[in-house]
Order: sequence, then structure tokens, then C-alpha cells
Amino acid sequence: MPEHDVLVIGAGLAGQRAALAAAERGVSVGIISKVHPIRSHSNAAQGGINAALAVDDTWESHAFDTVKGSDYLGDQDAIEVMCREAPDELLHLEHIGVTFHRNEKGELGTRAFGGASKARTYYVADITGQAIMHTLYEQLMKYADQIDRYEEWFTTDLAIDDEGHCVGAITRNILDGSTELFRAKSVILASGGNGQIWHPTTNALICTGDGIAMAYRAGATLMDMEMIQYHPTTLAGKGFLITEGARGEGAHLLNAKGERFMETYAPNKMELASRDVVSRAEQTEINEGRGFPDGTVALDITVVPRKRIQEALREIVLVGRDFAGVDITREPIHIKPGNHYTMGGVKTDVWGRTNVPGLYAAGEVACVSVHGGNRLGANSLLDTLIFGRRSGEDGADHAKGRGQGSVPRSALADAEAAVEEIIGRAHDGGRRVSEIKAELGATMDGKVAVFRDEEGIQSALDAVRRLKEEAAGAAIDDRGSVFNQDVLGAIELQNMLEQAEAVCMAALERKESRGAQYRTDYPERNDEEWLKHIDVSRNGGEPEISYSPVTITDWQPEERTY
Amino acid sequence: MASYTLKVRRYQPEAEEDGRRGAYWETFDVELDPTLSVLDGLLQARDGSDGTLSVRCSCRAAICGSCGMKINGQSTLACKTRIGEAAAEAARISGADASGPLISPPAEKELADGDGAPGPGTESAGNEPIVIEPMGNQPVIKDLVTDMESTHWKKFRRVTPWLLPSGPPPEREHIVPPESMVDVTQSVACIQCGACVSACLSMEADPEFIGPAALAKAYRFVGDPRDGQTTERLYDLANDPHGIYDCTHCFACVDVCPKGVAPMNQIMRLRRLAGHDHDIHDVNNGRNHELGFVKIIERKGTLDESLLLQESYAPGVKGKLLPRAASIKGLLQSIPTAIRGIRTGKMRSLPKLIPGVHPKLPGDAQDHVKAIYDRAEESRIQLNLYVIGEGGEEDQAAEAVEPESVSEEPSAT
Ligand SMILES: Cc1cc2nc3c(=O)[nH]c(=O)nc-3n(C[C@H](O)[C@H](O)[C@H](O)COP(=O)(O)OP(=O)(O)OC[C@H]3O[C@@H](n4cnc5c(N)ncnc54)[C@H](O)[C@@H]3O)c2cc1C
Ligand code: SF4
Ligand code: SF4
Ligand code: FES
Repeated sequence: MPEHDVLVIGAGLAGQRAALAAAERGVSVGIISKVHPIRSHSNAAQGGINAALAVDDTWESHAFDTVKGSDYLGDQDAIEVMCREAPDELLHLEHIGVTFHRNEKGELGTRAFGGASKARTYYVADITGQAIMHTLYEQLMKYADQIDRYEEWFTTDLAIDDEGHCVGAITRNILDGSTELFRAKSVILASGGNGQIWHPTTNALICTGDGIAMAYRAGATLMDMEMIQYHPTTLAGKGFLITEGARGEGAHLLNAKGERFMETYAPNKMELASRDVVSRAEQTEINEGRGFPDGTVALDITVVPRKRIQEALREIVLVGRDFAGVDITREPIHIKPGNHYTMGGVKTDVWGRTNVPGLYAAGEVACVSVHGGNRLGANSLLDTLIFGRRSGEDGADHAKGRGQGSVPRSALADAEAAVEEIIGRAHDGGRRVSEIKAELGATMDGKVAVFRDEEGIQSALDAVRRLKEEAAGAAIDDRGSVFNQDVLGAIELQNMLEQAEAVCMAALERKESRGAQYRTDYPERNDEEWLKHIDVSRNGGEPEISYSPVTITDWQPEERTY
Repeated sequence: MASYTLKVRRYQPEAEEDGRRGAYWETFDVELDPTLSVLDGLLQARDGSDGTLSVRCSCRAAICGSCGMKINGQSTLACKTRIGEAAAEAARISGADASGPLISPPAEKELADGDGAPGPGTESAGNEPIVIEPMGNQPVIKDLVTDMESTHWKKFRRVTPWLLPSGPPPEREHIVPPESMVDVTQSVACIQCGACVSACLSMEADPEFIGPAALAKAYRFVGDPRDGQTTERLYDLANDPHGIYDCTHCFACVDVCPKGVAPMNQIMRLRRLAGHDHDIHDVNNGRNHELGFVKIIERKGTLDESLLLQESYAPGVKGKLLPRAASIKGLLQSIPTAIRGIRTGKMRSLPKLIPGVHPKLPGDAQDHVKAIYDRAEESRIQLNLYVIGEGGEEDQAAEAVEPESVSEEPSAT
């Protein structure tokens, strides 16, 4: 039975940063990831990371942009913390080795990003997430004495003691199929977002939001679940992302008539308006017949100088070439809005604490909420690092001077039995996991996407509830213990369905349009009734909706134009 | 939509219900758009018919490095390989098998097509099975899942893969030349997929070889002006018997790398920094061996094997030996290798071992060789994709060496 002071579940940016911060405070740390840490989805972040580090920039300006970007649903105390601490975090990354882009003087250089009033996005070519994550992984090696890594271990559930404290997690070693009960004084969830609930999505296959579901089952409150970001530039069908960095470097959006249509929707910021605004603009063009026959509009990167493309956007040259067969340096590429980011998640305070004692959450799994109704580009990496570090620090402090909690003896046996039940199901018993997942993805993309209405969301909710029942008996093929990915797929499906239900319920509940939630039946923002968070919790039984206030410090809600 | 056949090398470590166990081939028929990937094909097989088929994958976009495998014998990423192209390649290989060489001259190729061998673009292209195997040089855990921990990650840790700054951090950022960051970013771009490890010839001969990806990682720190242990790192890598001098310049890693990391280039830069700039005389005699090639070709135009052992182990000035005890020992130890070389035909004739009988280049060819040397001395051209782009690389590379006047031998150590 592995024991640690702090146990981190997830080894993307948030998890690795949390583990390192905890280790720096002298405690013992375990870090678990269902894939090798450097395969975590943070490596997909191409564009960059925001910080008001330049001498002529201020954290207040960054914070205001973030508040406005969130459509005033972000909690301003949390946004202040994030934006104030951003410059130091960025310098820390530079000091441990991230190869950030430099200007001619050899200082850190920036690029422009959407929704920002200044160019404050720092980057490494267009592999920023990968570059930062590999650097953190290097530091994990350096701290190997204090940090035990469990690479390719899959956490199925949290361990909760009789008083409702989180005291560990139940985890399956994918390599040999054995199950272990990990004991820990503090448990930090850093298991990422849930984009796989939608199809297509820019998110990797592993982004099934397991942590959100586990926390939910353990009694944690979920918040802002209806806020799902659709990114304006994804490849049709496959969902691959073309980084916002492309527009930051000056690329244009064109409809089928060759018009730069953002002039109509955001005359000042044009292509660099907030993502929800740009995605809606594109979808409107497409719906009103000004898109291409394949349901897309075009992104024209040819206006960016070739040399600059090679240096700063090389990854998307490859994406265009390998996955769309288009040389983006010579011709426009067809794109459309696609599922991208989970703004909501497990509700936490600014130290990552959830309402379950001993349980923390950071990164995309969490909802602090710094993104509110819409996340600004390059604010997510920042979120993972700032709140990853803070959870690590507070988690370490919480663990100090405290003994290991006692886990109910049945926990491990129950968890093993649950997995055995799936493995033991009749082969021909029900629908295949993949079929149910495909239906879920299509349903959510059809009904709970850029434009929504009551009828659509309700039908999605009905479908999700039916799929939940079907999933409980879904058949799998693999009966083995070594690298049984089949059974993990079934567990992930259950997790996704639980979250999808919460998403639909929250989307149905919010009867207004704000950020990523655009209700065609309630097209206006309604601050009077809906300037509040929607919380979903499930204390054992059925999901329950409640509300919590939005924290407002310096910035009163205003009309949002770009 | 088109149909394809995937012929998968499977390995089931535990008995399945139908009794299948161990290694076997299995074919799967899948139906998908030719522009989708081989990974999409495998997932269709897994999702649709056999959930026991194991393959690591996540991003589907050549970013996470999970899906390294061999497709038609070539180490690559399944998500980056289009299934239509893989099928055409499979057809080409089987067509080429019938007609002899892999890359057949145009005339012969036409003949092959005329014979009815399926070529790319023909109706039957999809029916030639796409052969899918786990990566090489790595033990197989299950199906396409290999053990990278023992073959790669261990070695990755071996190169002290973290920055060792020379002093306490500055108040703000380190001020460094902008190109230096772009330069090491080529190695930072490595997604640790293992394709190069799978394809590496030296790794096959010496499983302890640190390997292309881990050495590219080593360059990432050596090339970083913020690192304070450059000399120590180079000394360590040069003296490791499985280190930088263990690479045979086979280009396989450059060829298969999906991210343009060009590990061999990074290894060569480590060698140049170690041997030339830091003057490290390694215990492996790697540096002398390398210089031996350089010197001999400069003098003779082609490789005179009779001088190589001497140059490698006891480099002299103008043919005079300057023996060190260790070198003499090394030289003596090499004699069996030389004899084996003659026996197996690698060294084609005994006279090649006798100094003085090596043939001279005809005409003024030797002057051309000399000219290449002078030009190479003048400028170090860094072939870095982030600096010059992919098209640029070929142009510059072509400029840097004039291929027609370079003998083939020197690159094969
Ligand atoms: C294509 C793309 C581009 C992006 N570009 C940017 C950008 O330019 N700038 C920006 O700021 N943001 C960007 N984002 C968003 C950002 O990358 C993510 O929000 C962020 O990286 C999430 O990090 P994380 O640490 O929270 O989770 P992840 O990196 O997703 O890591 C999750 C970890 O949890 C582990 N895990 C999950 N479930 C389990 C389980 N059951 N058991 C054990 N381990 C588990 C996984 O193995 C993984 O290690 C982008 C996102 C995408 C999809
Ligand atoms: S060039 Fe060297 S490192 Fe690369 S594959 Fe060949 S032997 Fe291995
Ligand atoms: S160098 Fe290239 S082939 Fe090798 S592991 Fe890195 S990305 Fe893969
Ligand atoms: S699935 Fe990520 S590299 Fe292929």
C-alpha cells in the first residue's frame, strides 16, 4: 500500500507543478498518470502563456482582460491572484530551463493573442505546452528522491474516510492490472478536462475528465459546467487545432465570398476578439450560407511572412500538411469552431481546496473560477501552473503534522469488484463502449455546442440518461490483466456520462446567454438574474443544482464589445 | 471511403478465451477515408471488432508521442501516417519485391506495372495488407505496446536531463542570444516517441547505446547557454563507451523522426563540441577515429583502411607514430577485428591493409576534395529546421556539400 504525504493524480502541467511545489516544501509526494507524464494533454498547447511581465504592462490590465473575457462570470479575487503571480511564475519557468522565444536583445519576447489589450503571450515556437511540460518533467527527475512517479497507473476512485475526508485514491497499475490503495494526507486532482465527451474535439483521447467524475462521486461540488469552449479554428471532422497564435501573428478569417467577416462582429479586435465571439461569428456565417460547402470558413495564414511562419508556427505547418493536406504558407485552410476546453470543473478556492477536506483540484479539472464564461487564449497554461503550485504548497502544509487517515477496509475490495464486474460482463451483452461513446459525442456536439436552446439541451439530457443505463451493461472484449485498455475505456465512458449529465443540467438551468453559453431562446446576458455560478453536486443520490455568488472586486459588469 | 487490410503483429502475454497466446499475425479489414491515419484504422479495428488489440495513443496529431510503431517496416507514428499512403506503400513494396530492388529505375517500374503488379493509385492498392508491427529494439509488452522504460527512459535519465545553471537565478530572465533558444528548441521538439530508438542501427548492435533521442536531449542542455556544466556533460558523453562515439552515422533516426529533431545532427554537434571545441580526448578513441577518417580522406580522397587503425589509436604527425601505451593496446586489440573484416569481405582485399598501395583519385579530383575541406573549415552550417525551415534545409545542405564529388565511403564508419 503506497503512502505519501501528498498524492497528485494527473501529471500534466498542473500535476507536475503541484508535485514540485509540494516537494520543495519537504514532504513526500506520489504522482500518478494514466499515460506517461510527457504524453499528458498539456503538450498540445501550442500558442503560449500569458503574463504581464513587460515593463509597460500591468497585472491589472491582464486581470481586466480576463474578467471581460469571462463575460464577468470569473471570480475576480482568483483572477487577481493569477494575474499578479503570473510574472514570477514565468520567470521561474525561464530559470529552470524553458527555451522561451527571445527578442533581438535576448530578453523574453511576446506575441499577440485573442481578447488581450497587450501582446503578453510568451511562447516557445508553437510547442509551448510541450516545452514547459518537458521542463517540469526534467525537474521531476531531479527531485526523484522525494517524488515517486506512477507512470501508466489509472485512478478509478478517491478514498474517502467515515468523516468525509479524502485520504487517498484507488489506482490500477495498467501494466499488470493490480489495484492499489494509495494513502495520502492531501490528494490533489490534476487530471485535466473532459473534451472527449464531444466529437469532434481538439482534446486528446485521454481527456475524459475522470477527476471531475471522481470528485463528483466523492461529494465535491462542480461549478460552471455549462461553460464549454468552442475554439474558432479547428479542422473540420478531425478536430485538430490551429493555434490562436496564427491569428496572433496576423492571419485573417474569410468566408466563402472572401470577406473578412470579423469586421461585422468585432470591428476593433477583428480576429483577435474573445473565442466565444469569434466562434459565434463563424458559426453564424456558416449557418447563414456564407461558409464553404463542407461547413467551414477559411483561415488565411499566407498573409504572415514565410520566415515568421517557419520560426513561430512550424507545428501548424505540419498539422496542415499531414492532417489536412494543405500548405498553409501558400493557401488558406478550412476551419470551423470545435470543442476545446472545459471552463467548469471541481469548485475550488484560490488554494485549490475543494469542499471535501483533504481534496484539492488544479488545472483544467478545477474551476477556481478564473475563466468564467470564456477562457482567454494562453490563460489556461497559466491557470494550471499558478493553481497547481498553490495546491502543492497548501497540500504540503496541510499534510505536515497530520497522520495518515484510515480508509474503510472495504474500499479496495469494492473498487476491485467494480472492475471485475465490467470485465466479467457477457461479450454480447450490450452495445459496445465505442458505440455509446460515439453517440454521446455526436449528441453533445449537436445540441450542447456554440448555439443552444431548451429543446436541444433537454433532448441531449434525455439521451445521456439513456446512454448511462446502456453503459452500465456495455460489453468489452478484453479479459486480461496486462494492459487492458478495454476495461479502462468502459470506466472512462461511465465518467464521461456522469459529467455530461451535469453539463446538460447546468446548460438547461442558465436561461441567458453569457460567454460560451449562447441560448438562442434567451439571447441576452441577464446580470440581474444570472450573474451567479451554477453548482452541481451529487451527495450520493441524484444531481442537485444550487448557486453561488460571483466574486466582484474592482470591475463591475459592462457590456462586452471587441 | 475505401477498404484496407491491416496485418498486425500481435502479442498476447496472457491466454485469451479462444486460446490465442503469444505472438501471431492477425489481419483486420477496415473501411475509412484514405486521408485518415493508420491509427484511425487500428482504432476502428479495436472499437469495432477486437477490444483486446492494444495500442498506446492519445493526441491523434503527432504531438504526444504515444503511437510509435513500424508500418510497412518503417518506424513511425501511426497517427501521422495516412492509411491511403500506407496502402500504396505496401503495394509498392510487394510490387518491388517481385521486380527486385526497392527503388526501381523508371523503366523497370513500368515493366512491373505492366506485369499487373499493383501500383499506387490502382484499384487494388487498398488490398495489399499494411504491415503493422511494434517498434524495434524494445521488448514487447502486449501487441503494439512496447517497454520504453528499459530501452529509452533509463537512458534519458542517464544524461542528467535537467538544466544545471552556473549560478543563482538572475532577478529577471537570463539574457541569451535569441538564436541559441531557437537552436536548442529543435531538440526540445522531441516528443520521445521512440521511433528513432526503434530504427537505430547502433542500438541493435549495442543495446546499451544511449541512443538518438536521449543524446538529442543531452544536446538540448549542452547547447543551452544557461547551462553551467557544458564541459562536464561533454566529457561524460564522450567517455561513455555507449555514448556519442557509438553512433554510426546511419541517418536512420533523421529519416524516421516525425518532428524534425534530426538526432544524428545533434550527436554530431556534441562530437564536434567535445572533440574540436573542448579538445576532449575520450578513452574510446572516438575522437581520433573520427579525425582519422577526416585526415585520410583529405590526403587520399577515399578511405585508406590501412591507415585507419593507426590514425584511430595512435595518431601521428605525417605518418610518424606518437604512441601512448593505451593506444598501442587498443591498436593490438583491433587486429582481430581487422582480420574478421578481411574474412567477411568488409575490407575487400589484403593489399588494402598494406600502406602505400591505396589508389589515388584520378585527375584533379583530389583538389576538389581539398576545396570541400576548405569550405567546410570556413563556416559551420547548422542544419536547424527552426532556423531555416524544411525547404531551406535541403537547399542549404545541397550547397554545403557537393554530393557528386564526395566518395560514399567516408560516411560509413
Ligand atoms: C490543442 C490544444 C491547444 C491548447 N493551447 C493552449 C495554449 O496555447 N495556451 C493555453 O494556455 N492553453 C492551451 N490549451 C489548454 C491547456 O493545454 C490545457 O487546459 C492544460 O494543459 C490542461 O493541463 P492539466 O495539467 O490540467 O491537464 P492535462 O495536461 O490534460 O493532464 C491531465 C493528467 O491527468 C492524468 N489523468 C487523467 N485521468 C486520470 C486517471 N483516471 N488516472 C490517472 N491519471 C489520470 C493524465 O494522464 C494526465 O497526466 C490547449 C488545449 C488544447 C486541447
Ligand atoms: S545515426 Fe546514429 S543515432 Fe541515428 S540511428 Fe544511426 S546509429 Fe543510431
Ligand atoms: S528524436 Fe524524433 S523519433 Fe526520436 S523520440 Fe524524439 S521525436 Fe521521436
Ligand atoms: S497519438 Fe499522439 S503521437 Fe500519435
